[in-house]
Amino acid sequence: MKHTLPILIRKEVTQFRRNKVLPRIVVMMPLMLVLVLPLVTQMDVKNISVAFIDHDRSPLTLRMESHLAHSNYFRLCEPVGSFEEAEQMLDDGKVDLVVSIPEHFERHLTLGDPKPILLEANAVNATKGAQGMQYALQTIASAAMEKARGRGAAIGAEQLLTVENRYNPTGNYRHFMLPALMIVLLILVCCFLPLLNIMTEKEHGTIEQINVTPVGRLEFILAKLIPYWLLALVLLAVAMLLAWAVYGLLPAGAAALVFLAAFLFALCISGFAVTIANISDTMQQAIFVMFFFVMFFMLMSGLFTPIDSMPRWAQGITYAFPPRYVIDVFRSVYLKGTLFAELWFDFLMLTLLAVVFNLLATVTYKKQS
Amino acid sequence: MDNIITVSNLTKQFGSFTAVDHITFAVSRGEIFGFLGANGAGKTTAMRMLCGLSKPTSGSGSVAGYDLRTQGEQIKRHIGYMSQRFSLYEDLTVAENMELYGGIYGLSRREVSDRVDQLLTALQFADHRDDLVGSLPLGWKQKLAFMVATVHRPELVFLDEPTGGVDPITRRQFWDLIRAAAAQGTTIFVTTHYMDEAEYCHRISIMVDGQIRALDTPAVLRARYGADTMEQVFYRLAREAKRGD
Repeated sequence: MKHTLPILIRKEVTQFRRNKVLPRIVVMMPLMLVLVLPLVTQMDVKNISVAFIDHDRSPLTLRMESHLAHSNYFRLCEPVGSFEEAEQMLDDGKVDLVVSIPEHFERHLTLGDPKPILLEANAVNATKGAQGMQYALQTIASAAMEKARGRGAAIGAEQLLTVENRYNPTGNYRHFMLPALMIVLLILVCCFLPLLNIMTEKEHGTIEQINVTPVGRLEFILAKLIPYWLLALVLLAVAMLLAWAVYGLLPAGAAALVFLAAFLFALCISGFAVTIANISDTMQQAIFVMFFFVMFFMLMSGLFTPIDSMPRWAQGITYAFPPRYVIDVFRSVYLKGTLFAELWFDFLMLTLLAVVFNLLATVTYKKQS
Repeated sequence: MDNIITVSNLTKQFGSFTAVDHITFAVSRGEIFGFLGANGAGKTTAMRMLCGLSKPTSGSGSVAGYDLRTQGEQIKRHIGYMSQRFSLYEDLTVAENMELYGGIYGLSRREVSDRVDQLLTALQFADHRDDLVGSLPLGWKQKLAFMVATVHRPELVFLDEPTGGVDPITRRQFWDLIRAAAAQGTTIFVTTHYMDEAEYCHRISIMVDGQIRALDTPAVLRARYGADTMEQVFYRLAREAKRGD
């Protein structure tokens, strides 16, 4: 029957509109994701307190001290006399980082026999420790470089650190986070809403009334999913516009690629959601199972932490996770302006997973027990 | 006579439990067929098999001329079903529910709207056309569920305890609806626990422990068991049940 699909879609839309909570949350979601979450999920570390011990007190080390003092990232604490005292402060949590310059540092450096600077960081918070160390190295290196330039001496590359953030030149964490947050938006809309919708029909027994009619399985499921696919794409567009308006972030490449990937991703995860709904008997069970998987989707797909730094076996598992591919497309297109030709693997895998998950959804949906 | 349902040795097992145990019977076209039995006797399971909601473990049968085992989807085009649980959309209005199901069964928009008007007028319910179903009292919900089950004028309607929890006046009104539908040629297959309702049926069967123990007109059954009322007949048979509730 050809005209049942529009009838069923209209029913879904009416029910959604009439819901007291869902439409409001849906409007809130892109706003919160773009306006609030990038600010609070910052992993940029600021206000690192530094104990600077200078046993040299040469022009170079004074310059280093002034660089640290003028950086946004550091707060230089009161001058500290001895290394032991500084270490005690590190133990007590009063400072995050200790920089200790050995005696005659500048002289040794000029003679071509540099003595090492000692850097000690509190790495209880591993990110803060590592980043603090990194910033300190950059700051000290830049001071040394200025000094060298001032003297007009040639600088060997091996003497200096160069850290360069390609594609995200300012290392702006927001530009890294926003694509990931857009994917979280897609997951919320295309995983949870269809799941809750189907489970509600199951718990109320309304699905049984539908099952005794000639409505086909495919029509019934499509009628449930099409509105959420459209909703997801609209919300994505809103989020992208907001990201542009608020942070000036626009895709460096074709926005169409972002939407194509988002659509394929929506197909994947909504098929997954229908599968979970089909095999669950109660809402409680369905939600718990979904959270279990979404947790892995979010933490193991490179949304927040890079896949490359995961153990090998874990990297293997991520190939089955659709967010892995969509985040690659989003970040590549947004930050690097990558072309389709270089992203074909991501699109191929998204298509493949969409087929697999939707086949699973069709197979597990039974009109008959 | 033309049989709209014929089943033979229909059986449903859940693991080692036999919910429906080799039942054989026939229902003729236009009949009001009462399907009685204690809770847990297997009525709902049997009915779900007849509607194509549940696959028989063994046995065969046909409903509305289609094979129970292979033509489930064809059967669904020709029947209406009202489940034990109220199962219309509470967040849709009276008219929206009827339009939805009318549309699902392939009625044109025009036919649906005519039919909705006709049914609501017959029920004297036209004022509540745009009320949300969730706001209606149970008795009305059940009448509405019946209307939705018959919106496409099916040849056969399955009613699973349609009057459970409904007050006596509404119950009587409900049976008026059933008889009116039957008078227009719709076959009614109904389960109930109210023995006065059993008297309204043309024929009844009584299921005990998954098997059909008796099947005839109420008058014949009363005579056979030397009982004054169907209630006594039911007691006699249902007491033999070994299965608990």
